[in-house]
Order: sequence, then C-alpha cells, then structure tokens
Amino acid sequence: MDFTALAGLPVADVVAFTRPAIDWHAVAPELILLGFGALLTLIDVIFLDRAKQYTAALAGVGLLATMVPILTLANDISETGPRVMFDGAFVVDEFALIMKAVFILSGYVVILLSTNYIGEGDYWESEYYGLMLSSILGMVVMASSRDLISIFVAFELLSIPSYMLATWKKRSLESNEAGLKYYLMGVFASAIMLYGMSLLFGVSGETILTKVNASLTSDPLTGDALSSSTPILTLGIIFVIVGFAFKVSAAPFHSWAPDTYSGAPIPVTAFLAVASKIAGFVALVQLVFVGFYARADVFQPLMWILAAASMIIGNLVALRQTDIVRLMAYSGVAQAGFILAPLAVAGDVGDQALSSIVSYLAIYAAMNLGAFAVILAAARKTGSTSIESMNGLFSYAPGLAVAMTIFMFALAGIPPLGGWFAKFQIFFAVVEQGGTWAILLGVLLAVNSVIALYYYAAVARRIWADEAPNGDLTPIRIPASLSAALVLTVVATLVFGFLPGSISQFTDVGLIAGG
Amino acid sequence: MNYDNDWFLSVLTFTPLVGALVMMLIPKADEALHKAIALAVSGGLFLFGTFYMLTEFDFDNSGAMQFNFDTNWINVINSRYIVGVDGMALPLILLTLLVVPLCVIYSWDHFPEPANPKAFLILILILETGMIGTFVAEDLILFFVFFEVVLLPMFFMIAVWGGPDRRYASLKFFLFTLFGSALMILAFLSLFFLAEDPSGVALRTFDIQALTEWGGANLTRSAGLLIFGGMFMGFGIKVPMFPFHTWLPDAHTQAPTVGSVILAAVLLKLGTYGFIRIAIPILPQAAVEWAPWIGLLAVIGIIYGALGCLAQTDMKRLIAFSSVSHMGFVMLGIATLTTFGINAAVFGMVAHGLITGILFFVAGSVKDRYHTLEIERLGGLLLQAPRMGWILGFATMASLGLPGLAGFWGEFPAILSAYNPANGVSETIFRTYMVIAAVGTVLAAGYLLWLLQRTAFGEPSEEFANDPEIVDASRFEYVAWAPMLVLIVVLGIFPNLIFKTSDPAVEKSLHPCLSAEGEEFIALDCPAVFGVEVAGG
Repeated sequence: MDFTALAGLPVADVVAFTRPAIDWHAVAPELILLGFGALLTLIDVIFLDRAKQYTAALAGVGLLATMVPILTLANDISETGPRVMFDGAFVVDEFALIMKAVFILSGYVVILLSTNYIGEGDYWESEYYGLMLSSILGMVVMASSRDLISIFVAFELLSIPSYMLATWKKRSLESNEAGLKYYLMGVFASAIMLYGMSLLFGVSGETILTKVNASLTSDPLTGDALSSSTPILTLGIIFVIVGFAFKVSAAPFHSWAPDTYSGAPIPVTAFLAVASKIAGFVALVQLVFVGFYARADVFQPLMWILAAASMIIGNLVALRQTDIVRLMAYSGVAQAGFILAPLAVAGDVGDQALSSIVSYLAIYAAMNLGAFAVILAAARKTGSTSIESMNGLFSYAPGLAVAMTIFMFALAGIPPLGGWFAKFQIFFAVVEQGGTWAILLGVLLAVNSVIALYYYAAVARRIWADEAPNGDLTPIRIPASLSAALVLTVVATLVFGFLPGSISQFTDVGLIAGG
Repeated sequence: MNYDNDWFLSVLTFTPLVGALVMMLIPKADEALHKAIALAVSGGLFLFGTFYMLTEFDFDNSGAMQFNFDTNWINVINSRYIVGVDGMALPLILLTLLVVPLCVIYSWDHFPEPANPKAFLILILILETGMIGTFVAEDLILFFVFFEVVLLPMFFMIAVWGGPDRRYASLKFFLFTLFGSALMILAFLSLFFLAEDPSGVALRTFDIQALTEWGGANLTRSAGLLIFGGMFMGFGIKVPMFPFHTWLPDAHTQAPTVGSVILAAVLLKLGTYGFIRIAIPILPQAAVEWAPWIGLLAVIGIIYGALGCLAQTDMKRLIAFSSVSHMGFVMLGIATLTTFGINAAVFGMVAHGLITGILFFVAGSVKDRYHTLEIERLGGLLLQAPRMGWILGFATMASLGLPGLAGFWGEFPAILSAYNPANGVSETIFRTYMVIAAVGTVLAAGYLLWLLQRTAFGEPSEEFANDPEIVDASRFEYVAWAPMLVLIVVLGIFPNLIFKTSDPAVEKSLHPCLSAEGEEFIALDCPAVFGVEVAGG
C-alpha cells in the first residue's frame, strides 16, 4: 500500500531520500569518542576483570586522541571558515571548537581524578569510564548543535549517563538519593524544555535556530510583526531557558545541586559541577545568541532575574555551609549567576558578552576542577568532606594547601589568579551596555564578589591558621594521576591570571554561524 | 624623549617575585638560606634600585614619565603593560625599597609565632612586588592587578602570624578593601567606555597618561561624579578615610610587627597615591565637586582619629588611630587640589611611612619584651631600655610634627594649603577645615606626649621591674631602625629633597584650570570646563 498517498505527499519527496553530505573531518571528534566508548565496553565484555586496570588509561587516551581532530579542525576553519552540516543543525566553528576542547580537557582531568578513587573503592570500573565518555560525547555534540532537536538529543545524551554516575557508590544511601534527585529534577527540566521547544516550533514552524530566530519577530505565515506580548512565544522562550537553568543550577532551580553534589562520588561531583554545568551554558549561549537573539526583550529580563537571584541566593546560603562539597555547590550557584549576567545584556553588547562567557567557562573549569582535586586528595586522609577537614592542611600538606589557596582566591576573583580576568570580562560586558539596569547588575556583581570572598577566604584561613584535627600531622600520599590533575589545573589557573591573553585570544569568538 | 632603560622598572617590580619563587623551591628547614635570599633580594634591590634611580633619573625633568616601558598585555580589552615613574612616584618607590629590607632584618632572629620564616619571607617579597608594581603601573588594569596583589600576602600575614583576634581582623581587612576595589573596577571600566575625544571618537584605553590628557572632557556631570565616587570608594577605603577606617585599628593591632610596619609605611599610601595619580588627574571637574566632601571626611578623620587615640589603652591600637589622623592631613592636602597641597601630601605620605613605621617597630619590640602593649602596665622604658625609650621619644616628637623633623613638612603645609584651595573649591569651607585641622595637631601633641609619658617615663611597674627579658635594643633592631631615624632628620632639614622632585610631577598632573588666574583662566576657557558658576582666582 502506498502510504505516501495517505499522507498526501508527492511520491518523489519521500522516495528520493539521499543521505545528507557528511563532512567526516568535522564529525571526527565525535566519532573518535564514540569509538573509544564502544571499545571500552567491548574490552570489558571480552576480558572481564583482566581489563580493569587499563580502562582508566584507555579512556584518557581516547580523550587525548579526540583533541587531535579538534586541533586540525581549528587550523582548518581558520582558513576556510566554519563548517556547516545538516542544513545548519550541526556547525563546527571557533566557538564549537573551543568549547569542545574545554569539555575534552576537563573530562581528561576528571578521569585523572577518578583513576585511583574508582580503582580503590567498591565501584564498577569500565562501565564508569564508558558512561563518562558517552556523557562527554553528548557535550561535544552540544557544542555544535544549532537546532532545537539536536540540542535536545545532545542534552539527553549528556544527562542520562550522569544520572547513573551520580549513584555510583553502590551501597550508599546518600549516593542513591543523589542520583534519584538528580534524575527526577533532570527529567522534569527536560519535560519543561521540550514543551517550550514544541511551543517555539509551533510559532515558527522551524527547528533550526537561525530560522527560529528569523521567525520570532514576524509571523511566518502572514508576515505581521509579532509583539513581545505574544504569549506563546514568550512562554516558549521562558520554558526552554528554565530547562537549562536546572542544568546550570541557577537559582531558583538549584535545589538538586547541593544534595546531588554531596552524595555523588567526588570525581562525579567535579564532573557535574564543571563539565555538565558548562554544557548547560553552551546550550544557553547558543539559544540566546542564535535562536532568540531577536527577542532580547524577552530573554534579557529573564536572565537578569536568574543572574541576580543565583548570585544572591548562592552566596548567602554558601556562607552557612559546614561541608566543603556543599559549599562548592552553592558557590557554583553563585558562579552560575555571574556567568548568566552577560546574557542579561547580550542583546545590546553581542560579541563581548559571548567572549566573556567563553573565557569564564574555560577559567572556571580550571579552578573548579582544581578545587575538587584538592578536596579529593584531602579526603583521602581525613575521609570526610566536612569543612573542618581542611583545618591545618598547611601543616601537613603544604603543596595541597598552596594549591587550594590558589583555587579559592581564583574563584573569588583576586588578581593575579585566573578568576580575576573571568570576572573582569563579565564586568566589562555589563558596563559596556551602560544602562541603568546593567549598572545595577554591575553593582550587584561587585557586592557579591565581596560576599563570596568571605567564604572562600574562610576556607583559606582554616587551611593556614587553624590546627589540624586531633593534631594528626601524617602527610597525605597523593597518587601520580591526582598530582598530574593538580599540576594541570594550578598551571592553567596561574597562566590565565598572569597572561589573560593566553585565554582571551581563543575566546574572542564571533556570533555563531548558523545554517 | 627616549630613555634607554625601559627594562629597569620591570626588573625592579619582578625581582622580589623571582626571589619568592626561588625560595619556594628550597626546603623549609634551610632557614638560614631563606633569610639570606630574602635579604639579598630585597637589600640588593634597594641598593641597586636606589643607586640606579638617583643616578639615571632626570631630576630636572621629574614631571615627565621616565624609564617608560609600554607593550601589549591583554589585547582584547586594550589593556597594556605600561610602566613609568615620575617625581610623584619616585619617593614612594624609594620608601618601599627601603622598608622591605629593614623588615627582613628586623625579623631576623625573632619571627613571630608560628615562625616558619620561609613562608613569612616569601609573603614579604610578594608584597614588595605588588607595592612597587602599583607605584609604577601606568595602565588602570595593571594598576588594579597590583593593587590587589598586595591583599593576599597581607591577609595571610595577619591571619597566620597575627594576634589572638587575627581571624576576624584579617578577614575584615580583606573584605573592606575588596569592596572598595570592586567598585573601583566598575569606575575604571566606565572610564574605558565613556572616554571620548572632542571629536566624539571613543578612546577605549586604560592608559593613565592618555586618560589624564583627556581629563574628563565631554563626560556628563553625573557620570563624572559617579565614576569619581567609585574610585573614591576604592582608594578611600585603602587610605583609610573616615568612616571606612574601622578595619585599620583591628588589622594593625592583630598584625605581626613587620606586617604593621609595611601596612602603615606603604600599603596605606596605595590609596592616597591612587587619588593623586588617577582620580584627580583624570576627572578634575568631578574632583572639584567632591573636594569639600573629601576635605570634610579628612578633617573628621583627623579629629576622630585623635580622639580615638586618647581613648586607647593599647599602644599599637593607639598608633593605628594616629595613622587615621595623620592620613587625614594627607587627604586634606589632596582635597585642596592645589600643587601646594598635593606636594604636602606626597611629603606627608613618606614622612608618615617612616615615622609610623618606626613607631610600630618600637611597639613590636616593646611587645617582645613585656608581652603586653597595655599602656597601663607599661612604664619606665627609659630606665629599663634607655636607648629604645629615646627612640620612642624621638619618633613621637617626629609624629607630632616637631619642626626640623620630617613629620612637620607633611602636616604644616597640608594645613596651610587649605587656606587657599583650587579654583572652584569653596574657600570658606576649606578655611574652616584648616582651623579644625590645626586643632587636630594640638590633640596629636596631646596623645603622643601622653603615650610617651605613660610608657617611657616613671618607674617600671612592679611586675616588670626585675624582668630579665627586658633589655635594650638589639643589633638587628638598630640596623633596622637607623636608616629610618636618619631619614626622618634628613628630610626634616632638607624637605626640598622631596618637594623639588614631586613638584613638577604634581603640577603636570593637575588640570591647569585648577590654579589658573585672571586672564589665563579666561584664555583656557575654564568657565566652560568647570561650568559657569565657578569664578576665576
């Protein structure tokens, strides 16, 4: 039977399906990641426990191998311009590449953190790395997605493995709670986002972001101008943004983060707090700068509120934390507020807002991963993540103490450590807009930097000025992979701070090219 | 003009940092080596830097930036690595170069608890880099970075080596200063975006000299006032001006001796230097409108600080409050916006650095011996440690502004300059300030002499009468103090050493309309610059 006749479509449209042209070079990073992920699973199936000791190394190699096509692509597109595939649904441009590099490198650091932690604990090993790689694959795809559908698919691809990773401590109730909470909240967020996307599709009849953007200002059928009061359009934008606000743990959608962070294994927490959060921002940035850019009147006030609420709530609640991981969770909420701030002026400032966010994300990855590396190392001895476990760190692990101090003050934005330039660029973008609301946001940012310093400096003070618990001064044995992670993050944090040009020359990217 | 020594300032700034990095690689146990490196680096830098600057600096042209170096730094935001030194910065750099090695010598054989000379000396060297860097930076962002760099080492110095209340004091110091700097950076950014030349082309620069040349032209009144306000918060908290001074007594009281000395001698000057290098030159119109308020806070600071001193029971806290009062004189001189007043301020900064530095040194040594600084329990220092007692007497005399010593030249011209403030600044108001400030000097004499009387004169109290720990100044103390004592006398007798150097630079930094008179005032079109309501001088 001829189904096409039922659908009322001309036969030729259906039969003449041709495979869209695939630019193999452009998708090479994704393919390599996919290959290594599959390889990990296969090796586990074939060699069982004998392969266990090699899985971490293999995952690391896979990530580093992925960097190769990213570098060749970077070289390539600087000469020939961005590569566009699938009618503009998948774009490889400078923005995509720098973000892919950030994902891959932070993924690599997370693998370094995991190596001993997962190996020594009571964990499934090869599945862990396989899921980690597939989640990173989702992020890498996300950086190139310029289409509502592919953004959603990438989002699910990166989320679902991380739900499982959060529960990886098998017999720990906290870990199970962490994963379940994360899962329920995540699914809820996905549903809202998907609903928003369907509304947007209903208004515009398109899924490609550039085309969505074009149809947001005028009705695609009649050509009439749409006003901002068009409720469906506004609702669609708000729902999509709220969906990602969950992912980046922006207030008031942050409630899952502290519980999930403190229940999950520490390397997974680092992964969620850095890579997964950055992926949320990448999606938001693409939506705002490509998909909704014409509707600054809708997204700017929303971003203003999210940014202000996240900063204030995150910082104030962080002041009262007694667990260092929960402290990091709330500080992450506040940091999310900082990163959202330029989006509140994005419609007027454009590229400057974009590059400030990209710089922030890259620097944030270095300093936050570093902080988790220290927490992980300290927990090897103290076995706890309470904030008291940091007391007197300097007296028995001076190297860790110096590193943690660097990360804490970098997160607080004190020059000459990396974070200052990240914060500075945010100020730069906000002040450039110069309107009353922007300046008010700038003052809020300034006040919040001071509040944040209070708890970051308090951690540093514990490390340096307090006595070690029980006077126990046995040194910490730090495994090689953990040292490597620490060295990488410390060096990156210092270099970004002393020579901000080292990061800003990559993050000075233009608006993302669409289809 | 072209100087062939552009490397000099960068070497001066970063040598201490290199020294600190080397020390990080040496094991903690090797204390002698750490001390030797710290002394070699800071002392060598002092000898070399002073010699080089005194011989190579063109004193006949001290208004011009010298030893310039200008290269790319952060291209995206058009911030450059620009360093230079003129007659205004030179005395402060020399002061910094001098104070740091003296601090190293002073700590030589008695590091404050919990010892750890390695970390302590590393912090001092990082501080030195930050302090010199702030004085040589000629780019707003570079200035900001160095301005902040000093916070971390000082925070740790107070938090780790400080007194019993160190946790509170260190964090308070950090939070207050950071709050100011956060608003300051907003002000800097606004300048970057709002500065445009007369033809309407945006300057988009952080270059301090370029912005000074621009001088706030075409900026709306409200924008100028707000931007100046942001900078006022940044610099004013650092000075510290009333009512933002509350961090200072806490920080000083809790800090280890050397920390107090560096804080008083150099760190406070970063704030006043910011006013005369950045805020006033770049926004002269806003400065004119702000001047009465700055002057008001300055005289409140003078009187409040002095009254605070009279109420103190702790020697170190008393000296800290006297800092608030003395920095009030410096700010009063600055607020007049005249070359006379700002020259007095530059002199006042150096004099206060030396005098308060020595006072904190002596206070630290008293604490080492008596294990207390409660004035009530002290007494008879002149009997138990006569030389130290006389040094304390000498320092208090210098501090209260005795003519012939350095303190006089900081205080007296500052008061005098208030008699005749710049164009556009109300004479009536400033003459009132002048009278109030003069009362402040009387109070200063009161609290300082009272301090001397209660600690140095009389009989030692019973509990310390036969304490074998109470001995006269040690070799290290003499070596650390002697240069400062000599300089206090030398600068007191030859004040022109500083005045002549700073004057051309101060003159150049001030907008000509601030001092123009009669025809010149009209020729420069000053009524338009300052708005019509301002009358010429």
